Order: sequence, then C-alpha cells, then structure tokens
Amino acid sequence: MNEWFDAEMWEATKLTLKLAFVTTLLLLILGTPIAWWLSRSKSFIKEIIGTLVALPLVLPPTVLGFYLLLLLSPQGKFGSWLSEVFGSPFPFSFKGLVVGSVIYSLPFVVQPIRNSFEAIGENSLEAAASLRASPFDVFFSIALPLARPGILTGSVLGFAHTVGEFGVILMLGGNIPGETKVLSVAIYDYVESLQWEKAHVLAGGMIGFSFCVILATTLIERHWRAKR
Amino acid sequence: MSRFEAEFKGRLGNFEVDVSFTLPQTGITALFGPSGCGKTTILRCIAGLTQLEGNLVVDGKSWQDSSNFLPTHRRPIGYVFQDANLFPHLSVRRNLEYGLKRIQNTQKTKLWEEITEMLGLEALLDREPSRLSGGEKQRVAIGRALLSAPEILLMDEPLSALDRFSRMEILPYLQRLHLDLKVPIVYVSHDLQEIEQLADWMILLEKGHVIAQGSISGLLANPQLPLARLPEAAVILEGSMQDFDSKYCLSKIAVNGGSLTLSQNLGVVGSRHRLRILAKEVGIAKSWQDGDASFLNVLSAVVVDIQPFGQQQANVFLRLGKQAHGDDLLARITRKSCDVLQLKKGDEVKALIKSVGLMGVPTVDQAG
Repeated sequence: MNEWFDAEMWEATKLTLKLAFVTTLLLLILGTPIAWWLSRSKSFIKEIIGTLVALPLVLPPTVLGFYLLLLLSPQGKFGSWLSEVFGSPFPFSFKGLVVGSVIYSLPFVVQPIRNSFEAIGENSLEAAASLRASPFDVFFSIALPLARPGILTGSVLGFAHTVGEFGVILMLGGNIPGETKVLSVAIYDYVESLQWEKAHVLAGGMIGFSFCVILATTLIERHWRAKR
Repeated sequence: MSRFEAEFKGRLGNFEVDVSFTLPQTGITALFGPSGCGKTTILRCIAGLTQLEGNLVVDGKSWQDSSNFLPTHRRPIGYVFQDANLFPHLSVRRNLEYGLKRIQNTQKTKLWEEITEMLGLEALLDREPSRLSGGEKQRVAIGRALLSAPEILLMDEPLSALDRFSRMEILPYLQRLHLDLKVPIVYVSHDLQEIEQLADWMILLEKGHVIAQGSISGLLANPQLPLARLPEAAVILEGSMQDFDSKYCLSKIAVNGGSLTLSQNLGVVGSRHRLRILAKEVGIAKSWQDGDASFLNVLSAVVVDIQPFGQQQANVFLRLGKQAHGDDLLARITRKSCDVLQLKKGDEVKALIKSVGLMGVPTVDQAG
C-alpha cells in the first residue's frame, strides 16, 4: 500500500462497500413487497405502516441508534434471543450495522419504488388479470418491470445513504477496525487526530463517488425513457 | 335456456345498479345508454374487475353467486379496454403472447396464425406499443384478448378514444370478428351509429337499470323506448341481394315486407346486407301513382303509432307491407303534414324513402 492510501483506509473502504451491498440487497428484498402493499392497499393500517417506514427520515440517527442498541443488546429479551439464534451479540458487530442500516435507509428505498408502483395505475394490472395472469404473476410480469426506474432510484439512494451513514453506526457499532469502522467513522477519526490529508483522500473520494453514482443513474433513466 | 345469465345489484358510491339480463349464444350484444348509466360497471362485473352482489352463470358454471366469486384471472374472458392498455414494456409480439402463454390450448400455433391474419397484425409484431397509431393499438389489444381463447369477448367502447380516421380503419375488423367469431361479444358504447353498424342485440340501460333488451331492429323502432326520440333515430333492416340492374347500376335488396333499391353494385344475388334508414329520410304519402316523382323507394306500409316529437315534428311508426307483416320503419315528419294527411293508427300509406344507408365500411349514404 502506498502512503496516501494505507491498509487501514483500504479496510474501511472494503467494509463500507460490503455493508452497502448487503444492506441494499436486503432492502430490495424487504422494501419491494412493502412498497407494493403500500401502493395497492386501501386499508387504514397502510398509513400507520407508511409513517413508521418514513420515521427515519426525520429522526436524528442518534435516537434510532440508541433504541436499536437497547433492543439488540444481549441484556434484553429480544437481543439475547437474537444472539442465541445467530451465535453472537448484534451490537458492535457487522450484523448490528446491517440491521441499523436497513432500518435507517428503508424510506429511501421504499418511497421511490412505491411511487413507481403507484404510477402504473390499475389499467395494465387489470389488463393482465383479464389475460389469465394471477396476482402473483401480474406482480412479476407487469408491476416489477414497469417499476424498474423506481427500483433503480431506490437501490442507488439506499446504497449511497448507507455509504454515508454515521450516527447510527457510531451508536451501534463503535469503531472496531475491520468489523464496524466504516469510511464515515474513519474520516471522523482522522479529523479528530488531525490527519487531515487522509481525511481529504476519503472525503474527496466520497464526493467523487457520489457524483458518479447520481450521474450514472440519471443517464440510465434517461436511456430507459427514450426507449419508451 | 340461455348459456349466459347475469344479475347484478348494488351500490357504487351514490350510483345504484340493479340489472338482470341474458346473452345469446353468438353475435354482438350492445350495452347501450347515456353516459353514467352503468354500462362499463356491468361489463366490469362480468369480468370480475368490479364486485357487486349478484349471480353470473356461464355455460352452466357459476362465476359468481352468494358464496363464491371467481377472480378475473380465472374467468375465460377477453377484455378490450377503451384505451387499449397495451403493456408499454413489451413489444407487440410479446403483448400478443401474454394471454396465449397462459392458456391451456393444444392448437396455439393455429390460433396465433388465425388471429394475426384476421386482424392484419403481422407487420406490427416487432414494433413497440408507443410507436403504434391509436387504431393499430386497438387492433393489437383485440388480438391480445382473442389470443387468450376467451369464451366471451367484452369490449368497453373500443372506438371512443379513436379519431374518425382510425375508427374507419378498425370497423371492418370488428365486422369481420362478428362474422368469424363463434363466441358472444358484449359491446359497450354510447354511440348509436356504431351499434347500428355492429350489433345484433341490444340491452338498453338507464340509470343502472335495464329498460329493454332484444334484437336491435326491434328496439330501434319500439314506440315505448327513448331510442326513437333521439335526433338520429333510425331503423336497421337486414336484406338479401335480389337483382342487379346493370343499365342503371341499381341493386335491389329484398327486406321483410318490401324491397329497396340502392344505386350501387352490391355483389352476388343472395348476399346479405344491413341497411340503415334514418327517420328524417322517410316521408309519407296517402296515395301514390308510379311515375309521379323521382323517389325510387316507395313501399307500402301501415301506421302503427304516432307520437309528437318536439313542437313541430312527429314520429310515425310504420310497418312494411299492406298487411303490416314486415319490418319496422320510422318516419319523422312535421306535425303539420300529419294533420294535413289526417294520419291515424291503422292507416295504409306509402313510405317514401329519400336515402338508404348501407351499413358496411365506409358507410356511404346512397341516394335512392
């Protein structure tokens, strides 16, 4: 490793990317059905669930992190059950970060996907049903492909938001190199210890990365729209 | 017993539906009525897209009764929506295959060839739906519905979103459907002229209730129904080609209770044609000598009923033939003429028909 990008930084980068990929994958698996249900249901509970999903948008990450810490702590009932099932406690581990990130980034994934499901409207879905497609079949053959732009936007936002996460991770994961020390925490550390150059490399890299991701998303969406 | 019996009852918002009707085995049945009379709701109930209380029995199988409701995807229907509703992410070919893939049918290739040929879809197969004209989209939508091998075809104002030109383009295909298809078609429309071109049967709706059902020619000339009071009131006559006068290029069509002459070659003797005669194109004379005027179509008829129509006019319901044994005819004349002629029920008169419309496409009004 060269001087301006040492092994420690590389480790933090790898860990951040791993966390973001795992989180995004889980968010898509979890968020898509939630978004579908929110876009189609007419029941009142939908508004309650919708509000719960949206809460992380307004809560300070420290609040979320604090309660997650209490919930996952092996001293509690739920936390001890969890650590028994998974073999080790959740706080101050990669697993704990994943749980925190999934909850914290959920609204960023659910909202765009829900919007594009809502934009499909009843027409295409009814046409599919009249052509013998079961509701399950309609979801996979019509709804998912038509919601592609929303799914892309949701994934990108979820991924980027996880990469940039700081408060929840600090509350829940501390600062263990290779386990919970992600880029945002590393930058904070470098600044604290006056290693400004290293902080610059990571922070500047994040700006470049974010710019590229958003530009790429815009271009892909533009390409899809042109094909329509 | 009819193979299709329906009964729906219920409220949707502040709109109440209470209908019961049967459908014939084949042919096009029009659901007709003013906007907001519940036509589309009833069609959606048949498809299972809207759920109201009721019973629906098709071919002895219950699609809906008090204890069960077959979901849309398990009903063997074809549904053609007002605005085509093609899947925007699939090519025309894959739109057409969507229903075909999901049915159990051993003769899929044959079905595919028949339908794509009948609707002229071959040239469109590799296009994207967004690159199709309105008329082409609707043709694909009809093909897509037919390729799911429906036992009943439901059409919700398939022409209303189209411009005049696209309608003209699509009507011949619909007429072909009518001839080739063995399944019944339910056709929702608020355009009477469209129905006159296509339908055999009609269910007349008003404010969520059925006010009449029967053959289209019977309902159009029924004095009890509001149809005769429409500005464009007309009757439909079915007839067969009898004779062609090559010197003057005139075709003689025999209808029930008389014959009509059209200045057009209508093909071989015996061919069937559907004719439309507007009420305002029919005059009445009490006596008539051949050669007195330029009218080609002068038929004996009997007055069945007379109703005032607005301030100046009257609708005279006629039946063709001296014994009133033939088809119905409707004449709209001034009330003054009515009084001058001293018309009353049972009078034997001559119907003077100014023009006869041939219901084919394009519709050409023929001077008679």
